[in-house]
Amino acid sequence: MPVHAPAGVGHLRGTQSFPDAARGALADTQLRRNLGGATATIRAKRQAVVDEVDDWEQLREAGSALKADVMARLPELLVQLEENVTARGGVVHWARDAAEANRLVVDLVRATGVDEVVKVKSMATQEIGLNEALEAAGIAAWETDLAELIVQLGHDTPSHILVPAIHRNRAEIREIFLREMPDVDPDLTDEPRVLAMAARAHLRRVFLRAKVGISGANFAVADTGTLSVVESEGNGRMCLTLPETLITVMGIEKLVPTWQDLEVFLQLLPRSSTGERMNPYTSTWTGVTPGDGPQTVHLVLIDNGRTAVLADEVGRSALHCIRCSACLNVCPVYERAGGHAYGSVYPGPIGAVLTPLMTGTTGHDDPNASLPYASSLCGACFDACPVRINIPELLVHLRAKGVDAERGGIPSGQDLAMKAAGWAMGSPGKFALAERAAGLSRVLGRGSSLPWPASMWTGARDLPAPPTETFRQWWARERG
Amino acid sequence: MRIALFATCLADAMFPEAAKATVLVLERLGHEVVFPAGQTCCGQMHVNTGYLDEALPLVRRHVEVFEDYEIAVAPSGSCVGSVRHQHAMVARRAGDARLAERAEAVASRTYELSELLVDVLGVTDVGAHYPHRVTYHPTCHSLRMLRVGDKPLQLLRAVRGIDLVELPQADVCCGFGGTFAVKNADTSTAMLADKMANILTTKAEVCTAGDSSCLMHIGGGLSRLRTGVRTVHLAEILASTESSQVGTRVGTASTESGPDGTRVGTASVASDASGTAATTVAVSS
Repeated sequence: MPVHAPAGVGHLRGTQSFPDAARGALADTQLRRNLGGATATIRAKRQAVVDEVDDWEQLREAGSALKADVMARLPELLVQLEENVTARGGVVHWARDAAEANRLVVDLVRATGVDEVVKVKSMATQEIGLNEALEAAGIAAWETDLAELIVQLGHDTPSHILVPAIHRNRAEIREIFLREMPDVDPDLTDEPRVLAMAARAHLRRVFLRAKVGISGANFAVADTGTLSVVESEGNGRMCLTLPETLITVMGIEKLVPTWQDLEVFLQLLPRSSTGERMNPYTSTWTGVTPGDGPQTVHLVLIDNGRTAVLADEVGRSALHCIRCSACLNVCPVYERAGGHAYGSVYPGPIGAVLTPLMTGTTGHDDPNASLPYASSLCGACFDACPVRINIPELLVHLRAKGVDAERGGIPSGQDLAMKAAGWAMGSPGKFALAERAAGLSRVLGRGSSLPWPASMWTGARDLPAPPTETFRQWWARERG
Repeated sequence: MRIALFATCLADAMFPEAAKATVLVLERLGHEVVFPAGQTCCGQMHVNTGYLDEALPLVRRHVEVFEDYEIAVAPSGSCVGSVRHQHAMVARRAGDARLAERAEAVASRTYELSELLVDVLGVTDVGAHYPHRVTYHPTCHSLRMLRVGDKPLQLLRAVRGIDLVELPQADVCCGFGGTFAVKNADTSTAMLADKMANILTTKAEVCTAGDSSCLMHIGGGLSRLRTGVRTVHLAEILASTESSQVGTRVGTASTESGPDGTRVGTASVASDASGTAATTVAVSS
């Protein structure tokens, strides 16, 4: 049996179902404005730079094919990576799940004798809840990515893969800085440049004293043992180069087979994520280089449910994700419900498939079981995905898995509705009968507010009255 | 050409005008339209809600009914999308490779109306006359599953008398999504609100699209807000001529306040080209 990500550690499951969590977000007009404005800006930027690339579709195909190859050969490529990292003086650790990964990292930090670390923005460490684990062990973890810093200082959780503080506007950020940053100028304005300078001054002090850096990895090259982080601010590079010890936590799916394969992804990723032709900072490191950069380098490879995803023949393509967040920015559901409604560090369309695949679900009351339904299947995510993950197809696949898992139990209202519809559609005779029954409702009366579950519809929309004559009847009369 | 009409269950039961208009347009162009009586539903609702086992008999029926025809058309991008992209998958998942092959064959001969007209029949001017200000919403499945592109717009541009206005953020989903509108009613409503706001900025009298389902959602919202903007299926606009009134009448319900402040729902059920008298249903709630 594949092992899913364990419950109770990390951030892959919220406490509410998506519709319930979304209700709160939808009522927050400030949040909707912040999200709408930010996603519209990123969407436009992305589209402009994607349109510049003549062979964009071929690049997507190449990215998809490379990832499919990685998934097919994952064990051998991981062993190859381990050999090459080790040969260059790095130390490789394997963690089955979030709890094991956190223990490993805490022990590695403790062994250095320090009680604080600087962090490069990393989804993997957010996923496993590393900051909380470090804090519990008496180790302070300082986020250095500007958006992650805002989230951390705001005692908040990220709501976007790329722009974790997308739900905050600059006035809110100013308030957070004034409240949480020691030595901040009390006359701080909410100008982006002023806010960035305040963060810079704050972070500079942290960088210069840090002995341990913790990062994720965007890519790991199997045949050279090279790890890579791409970023926009340069704060990541400070963390990757200044400390004596560097610990990288990486999901096992982040591999590319060869150095040359990076060419494809370094074109796809920045254009899809930040809407830039190239990201400002691309850092790569291979083991230890004597006298230059960290002299102790660790790589923690985490599974945390990934092999369970890999075991799902249809679902495994979710592991192709390079965390660009293009699907979030084009998703009309994400734009309105916000990232927190997904209850996971992976929100949006990719989160709606990746999260339940990683955690598994424990029945229809599991909040993650509601995620595959958090989509109108409009398909914008598939079009935007730089590695062509067919997210709508995966959503339907997961819905079917959920329905099949519940078969044999007490039928739900939805089960009964689907069975009734299936019965009515079973033959044209039965369908005509059902049509006449629908016509009957017309005679009985049609209100603007109907009882549940029709009330979910009539809460905001009028139902059309059934026509006096169905098409079938018209055809029989006119052409039959 | 002899063309089999796949009316779709929704058009058959709720929006017969869209199916009738499809017949009228094709007949006007000199084609013979047949309505295979054994048809019911493509099963898309079942597939998209996760009931793939329940969809299998519907797929089998659809294949059996339509495989004898050289060409089929439906006034729905969504249902054609299901036939083209889901039927074989449902059959294959059930272990019926033969049915999957037959489904693929049917899918390769099934077209959405604008595809049939522009790609197969090579027509953009269908001789329609529709003197109204119209905006077009490209439904997600027409746009992304079928890639109909600007074919519906090519057809609309050739309509005489029409004042066609561009819809801002046209390619964003209206929030219908089948059971999504019920399961995630609040998010769906928020998406609908933005779609309606965009429609209202165009000052169009009519919002058209190639799917009755999306139009039901949008039209239901516009009606609730008493905007006076109607939703009309693309086929109805294309069927409309100076001598016929097809597609120029109210296609969806509207509500207004009764004299004593109670909400009154009214629904004008349009007359068809053959001259059936218009009926009005008024119900207090």
